[in-house]
Formats: sequence, structure tokens, C-alpha cells
Amino acid sequence: MKTAAEAALAEAFAAARDRLPGDDAVAAQRDAAFGLFAKEGLPHRRVEEWKYTDLRALMREAKPLAPPPDAAAKARAKAAGALLGDVETRRLVFVDGAFVAELSDLAHLEEGLTVDSLADALSDNDPVLTRHLGKLAPANNVAVALNTALMGDGAVIRIAAGATIERPLHLLFVASAKPDASFVRSLVVVERGARAMVIESHEGPAGSDYQVNAALELFVGDEAHVDHVKIVGEGADALHVSTLAAAIGAHARFNAFSFIAGGAVVRNQLFLKFDGEGVVAGIRGATLLNGRQHADTTLVADHVAADCQSREVFKAVLDNEAHGVFQGRIIVRRHAQKTDAKMMTQALLLSERAEADNKPELEIFADDVQCGHGATSGAIDDELKFYLLARGIPAAEAEALLIQAFLGEAIEGIEHAGLREALLEAVAAWLKARK
Amino acid sequence: MPAVQETVDQVRRIDVDQYKYGFETLIESDKAPKGLSEDTVRFISAKKNEPDWMLAWRLDAYKRWLTMREPKWAKVDYGPIDYQNIYYYAAPKKAPASLDDIDPEILRTYEKLGIPLREREALLGIRKTDGQNSEDGGAEPAGGNGYGRVAVDAVFDSVSVATTFKAELAKAGVLFMPISEAVHEHPDLVKKYLGSVVPVSDNFFATLNSAVFSDGSFVYVPPGVRCPMELSTYFRINERNTGQFERTLIIADKGSYVSYLEGCTAPVRDENQLHAAVVELIALDDAEIKYSTIQNWYPGDANGKGGIYNFVTKRGDCRGRGAKISWTQLETGSAITWKYPSCILRGDNSRGEFYSIAISNGYQQVDSGTKMLHLGKNTTSRIISKGIAAGHSNNTYRGLVTSHRRATGARNFTNCDSLLIGDQCGAHTVPYIETKNSSTVFEHEATTSKISEEMLFYCRQRGLSAEEATALVVNGFVKDVLQQLPMEFAVEAQKLISVSLEGSVG
Repeated sequence: MKTAAEAALAEAFAAARDRLPGDDAVAAQRDAAFGLFAKEGLPHRRVEEWKYTDLRALMREAKPLAPPPDAAAKARAKAAGALLGDVETRRLVFVDGAFVAELSDLAHLEEGLTVDSLADALSDNDPVLTRHLGKLAPANNVAVALNTALMGDGAVIRIAAGATIERPLHLLFVASAKPDASFVRSLVVVERGARAMVIESHEGPAGSDYQVNAALELFVGDEAHVDHVKIVGEGADALHVSTLAAAIGAHARFNAFSFIAGGAVVRNQLFLKFDGEGVVAGIRGATLLNGRQHADTTLVADHVAADCQSREVFKAVLDNEAHGVFQGRIIVRRHAQKTDAKMMTQALLLSERAEADNKPELEIFADDVQCGHGATSGAIDDELKFYLLARGIPAAEAEALLIQAFLGEAIEGIEHAGLREALLEAVAAWLKARK
Repeated sequence: MPAVQETVDQVRRIDVDQYKYGFETLIESDKAPKGLSEDTVRFISAKKNEPDWMLAWRLDAYKRWLTMREPKWAKVDYGPIDYQNIYYYAAPKKAPASLDDIDPEILRTYEKLGIPLREREALLGIRKTDGQNSEDGGAEPAGGNGYGRVAVDAVFDSVSVATTFKAELAKAGVLFMPISEAVHEHPDLVKKYLGSVVPVSDNFFATLNSAVFSDGSFVYVPPGVRCPMELSTYFRINERNTGQFERTLIIADKGSYVSYLEGCTAPVRDENQLHAAVVELIALDDAEIKYSTIQNWYPGDANGKGGIYNFVTKRGDCRGRGAKISWTQLETGSAITWKYPSCILRGDNSRGEFYSIAISNGYQQVDSGTKMLHLGKNTTSRIISKGIAAGHSNNTYRGLVTSHRRATGARNFTNCDSLLIGDQCGAHTVPYIETKNSSTVFEHEATTSKISEEMLFYCRQRGLSAEEATALVVNGFVKDVLQQLPMEFAVEAQKLISVSLEGSVG
């Protein structure tokens, strides 16, 4: 143990170990995961996957585990989730990482939908956990390991075969003003042929340097159709690390979208495994950073089965001294013939001092595939801007239009019209606040 | 679309068991005691009769090397290298005083390799061996036939055995000689530039090289001079159990131009041999260096036994305004290649280029690419890389493009394509693109060039068969890189690579 943060995490784990929920098997899982962290420490720039996000340097201290939220915190949480506007969702609210039933909408669950809190499921030894928990999230990832070791609560959602859940499920994670740390872990199991949309949003107050480590494991059954949207709107001083690990079954449709606008340091990890043949997937993201924000999106799309199609489009707009990172790896295994995978990553630098680091990788072992990636970075195209200026549009407005068009390419991929509108509006608001 | 039969056949023709340069020259040689120690370093330095400053430089490198660890980040896999089981110096016993004095065995070796060492023969144009007849003879105005006027420095194991056309080059003021000679004759230049691009402790293999480097070429082109002929070094590993540690230093002074070619082969052996070279290029204001490599070290047999470990550090420094450095490489040999010819674009308006074709077959492993470091204003760079993996090989492109905060107006375009032939190989792309400046424009694409249906249709419409159409389009596709090679090498290159590239993956 070298850094103060590493020592504090070890202390926190030792102190909390016995009161964290779950049976002996879960405790063993926690110990093993923490063992990995104890061995590796916080990832630093010499660890290839963390080259651009040196947690050892960026995470100076580890905050204490958040206590259960008090009434005031719960009351403030009522106002959360404004970004989604009038998109009608079924809300599941978590304050400081703990599920708050009274703020959540658990009435009249659609047929085939089951919702539990992870804390309850762990205490009840719910068999769904033995089958699924920890099966997808990569155990050798230190952020995931910390999450597994310290997970306190989260959502456990099951959707039965063939069920169609019309209202998007909205997991709303709200941090209170206390500078604490929360470790949330969710599990979503969508069975064969079911249809659902899961929105995961994270927010909290500015001025508090709280820490969030969230992980979600998502099982997409054969022929299911699942959309996952993550919105990182954390407070300006927060540290946010989150992981989506998904396995996608044969002939399923899967869309994922990451919208990152908040937080001081954000690491957004996606580990997608194309397990069955004939999957069609669209993985997209938009990142808007300002001030000295740092946001890293790391994506691994692992094509295990043949005949899958994946499209990845990630856009970043970076202002002031912001630092945007995208690392995306497409793996095509030996038997995944006829894979069609394309990845595009683009960064738009609005200021002299912004920095964009892109690392799109291909790792290909099958010969009959179509794979490619593209990466660009640069400032706003002067010619495009001139075209608009020549038509009498003021400079600031012209820039805003071009930025909206740039991000629009990714956001347009969202199938839910209401959500698409809400995110475009969030972009417009960000641009307004920029001035 | 899987590879068509024609491509498969062509690749087989250059498969590892078809290695043509695997013969051994039986001559006696003079070796350093096996293993590496301070004494080995002193032995090599003494052999070369080096001045004290050179020995001190080497010993410093050796001390640093002892504290370093082998890099492990590349996508290559090999057992531990026993650095004490290698001869660090091997030289033919009979040291030649002049060209006429060279051991005839060595001359025959180079003749067999198609490299003329006798100027008279070179001037007449040596008799072409089969396959070279197809060359378009009239296209090189200054050249003449075949291997026209190319000045050659031939390095055999650890020493340079001959350097041709020295006199004629001297007339133009161009210095072209083995680096061991340059240490004596031009110590100021060597002192000033050696290690200035690849610092002594740059990386594990470069540091090892700094300690034990034996020979290599030294080139200095004075201001305003356009080097009158192509310069070339031919590296040959012959002795068993030796490593080759060559060091090349090329300096192009203000406004000068030089084109330099490098070729490499080695005999077939069961053991792995180490080749850890360092190449440093320095281009001052408005100078241009064009550096081409045809790397055809022994790649190991069909089961992956033997072959050269090619762990090379190559770097060019565009030190002056408007300087240009261009790397072209055709990599077909070596069991393992670990090589990233790079450009430091320090001078404003300087330009770096990297053109590469890497073909791997059998159990070869290639991890190669480039680095373009944009430090000066308005610097530009271009990367074109084509990788072809067949057999059980793995072929990785790894490249870094980065712009410094003050490097306003930096531009890069990168295109890397790869092709897999067969389902037991792998092709990988690992680009790092770092932009620290908003006026930078970086574009990277790794296109999947399965050839466009449209192009094929166009050709088919004009009566070509599907295969002919594919071959036509593909040839055009590889020519991006091939046409960067000087004429003298183009023939050899085409022989090595008449491979079509359809159904490729980025």
C-alpha cells in the first residue's frame, strides 16, 4: 500500500467487511476482489488500460463509505432527474448509493418485470445472484474489483421472456452534499425475446468531492431488444467510475449510449461480449467537457460469435483545459467470421489548451470480416463556420450550430424520441452555459 | 471475402520455408568471448581501436543497461533471451585492406545475394539473376542497369567489409563510411550527433546497442549537396550464436538530400539470433532524408523454430525548419519484429512520412509501426501502413501521433489496413492519437478494404475476370507504399510482395 487513498480503501474494507450484505459465498467473492486491489493498487499510467487516466494521481484520497441517507438528503433527491424532462420513466431512486423505496415508483409493475434492491437480494440469498452476479464484469479490472468488494446496494431487475416493458426503467443515482463514497452494483437480466430500456443517471451537487463507483451487469437474452443509456451529470468536483458489462445473446438488438457532461474525473467503462450470432448493436456516446474536467470512455467490444454487426460512434467536445479520452477495442475471435464492426471516434477541441487522446484498437483473428475504425481530432472547421457567417449568423451561434450537428450524429442514434430530444436540449443548455 | 487462391499461392511463395538467403558462408572468424560483461565492451572497443571517449560512452551505456528491464508491452511472445549465451562480436579473420583484398568467400556471398561490391561490375551493371529481368530499365535516369550506381557499405556480422564508391562520393563532399572509421576520421561529427536522437538509455535494446555496437554506416551530406547516388548498407549475419548490433548515423546538413537503402539477410539456423540495431537520422534546415529498408532476416522454419529477433530502434530528428524525413519499409523476415521508425518533427514546417508493408507468415510475430511527434509549428506527417498476416502469424500495427501544446497547425493523416489470409493468424491495430492543441488536425483511418463492389464492377464491365479485377485494384492499393521505394529496391520488393490484398481488415 503506497498512497493515502489505497491505505484508506484498505481500512474502509476492513471496517465494513463484516457488515456488508451477503452470505459467505458473497463474502468470499468480496475478499478475492479486494485481494486483487491489494495486490495491484490503484491503476496508474504504466498500466496500459489506464494510460490516460492515472487514478493513483487523480484520486488523492478515498472517501469514507456513505452512511444511509437522512431525511434531508432524501427530500433534496426529489428534485433530481430534471435532465430527462418529460420523458416518462419508472424511477428507481438511490441516494448515496442506497435504494430509497419511498422515492421510487414500484406501483403496478408490468407483467414479467421484477425489481429488487441488491441489498435485499444479497440478504435473502436470491438465487439470481449466484447465477449472474460477477459473471460479466471483468474480475481483473481494479475498478470492478473495488466495486465487487464494497458493493452495498443497487438494482436487481428481471424481465421475463417475451415481456415488453414500455416505460423505460430509470435508475437514478443521487449523491447528497456529503463528501462520501458509494459503491453501487446493479444486475439486469433480460430474458429471451423481451424488450426493455434501462436509463442509468448519476448526479450530485457541485462543491462536494464525493466519489461514485457504479457497475451494472446486463444479460441480454436471445432475440431480446435492449437499450441502455448512461447519463453522467455528477457535480463538478465528483470522481465517478462506472462500468457496464453486457453479454448479448443471438439475434438480439442492443443499443448503448453514454452521455457525459458532469464530474471532475470520469471513467466510463463498457465491456460488451457478443455471445450469440446475428446481433445488431449500436454503441454511441457524447462527451461535453469544460474547465479542467477529465473524462475517459473505455470500450471493449468482444466478438465471440459469428455474424454480428456493431457500430460505435463516440464524440467529444472539449473546452478550456478539459481532457477527453477514448479507448476502444474491437476484438474478433477466431470463430467470429462475418463480423461487421466499425468504430468512429471524433474530438472537437474548442480551446487551445484542451487535450484529446484517442486509442481505437482492432484485434482480429478471423479472416472473413469487415472491420474498421476512424479517429479524428481538431478544431471547428473554419470553412463551415465561414459559410454560416456569410449567411448572417453570429459567430457564437454558428459555432453552437456546428457543435450541435457534430454531437447530433451520435445522439440521433438513440431510438427513444423523447430521450433524444432531452439530450439535445441538454447539449443546447451546455452550450449556453459555456459563454 | 476470404483471400482468393492466387493470393494464397503468392504468399506461399514467400512463405518461411522458401527462404532463399539461408546459406552460410564458411570462413573463419574472430570472435569476442561469449557473453556480456564490461570486458566484452572493452574488447569490442579495443578491436576497433577506439579513442577513450568512445569507450567511456559505451561503458556508461553498459552500466545503465544493467539496471534496465526488457520491454514487455508489445504483442509478441518469446522465451527469455540469455544475454550471456551470445557472441557480441564476430569478424572475418582476414581483415581486408582494400576491395581487392576481400575474402573471395565473402564476395561470393554478396554476389549470391545480388549485391555488387566491385565498382567495376556495379558500373557495368551486374548480370541480372532471374526475376530481375522484369525491371523497367529505362526509368532511372541516373542509374543505368539493374543495381545501377548504388554505393554499398557491406556489413558482415560485426564489421564492415567493403564500402564502394567512396572516392566518387568524396568528390561531392559526401562522407560515407563504416561508423568505426568515422569515429577516427570525424570524431567531432560523431561526438556531436551520436546518441542525440536515440539517447543512450532510450530503451533496453537501444542501450544494449550503445554498449556493444560494432559497425554500421555513417553518412554526412554537406550543406546544399544532393547526394549523387543512392547509398546503401547490406547487413548479413553469418556466424552462429552471434548478435548483430549495428549503428547507423545519417546527418543531412542544411538543404541537402540523401536517399539511403538498407537490406538484411541471415542463414537458416535452429537457434534464435538477436539483432538490436539503432539508426539515427538528423535532418537540418530544409534537408531531406529518405530511408528505405527491405528487411528479410531469416524468419524461422515452418514450425516457428529459429529466426532472427529483430529489436530495432530507428528514429529521425527533423531538427531544422522545413526538414523532411521519410521512412519506407518492407518487412518480410525475422521471427519477431519490434520496430517503430519514428520522426521527431522539431523544426517548424518539417515533415515526416512512414510507408510500410509488413508481411508475416509461418509463426512470425510483427509488432511494428511508427511515432510522429509534432513539436514544431505547421508540421505535417503521413502514415501509410499495410499489414498482411498469413499462416500462424500475428501482425500488429502500433503507432503514436502526438502534438505538443505549442505545435500549432500540426497535421497528420494515418491509414493502416491489414489483411488476414487463413484463419490461424491475427491482425491488430493499436494507434495512439494524442491531441494537445486545438489547431491540430489528426485523421486516422483503418479502413476495411474489402475492395469496393463498385470498383470491381467497373473492371468486370470491361471484361476482366473477378480475380483479375481484384488483382488490379489491389496492386493499385499497395503501390502507395511500393512507389516510395527507390527503383533499385523496387524489383526485390515486388518479388517479395506480389501479393493481392482483398478482403482485408483494418
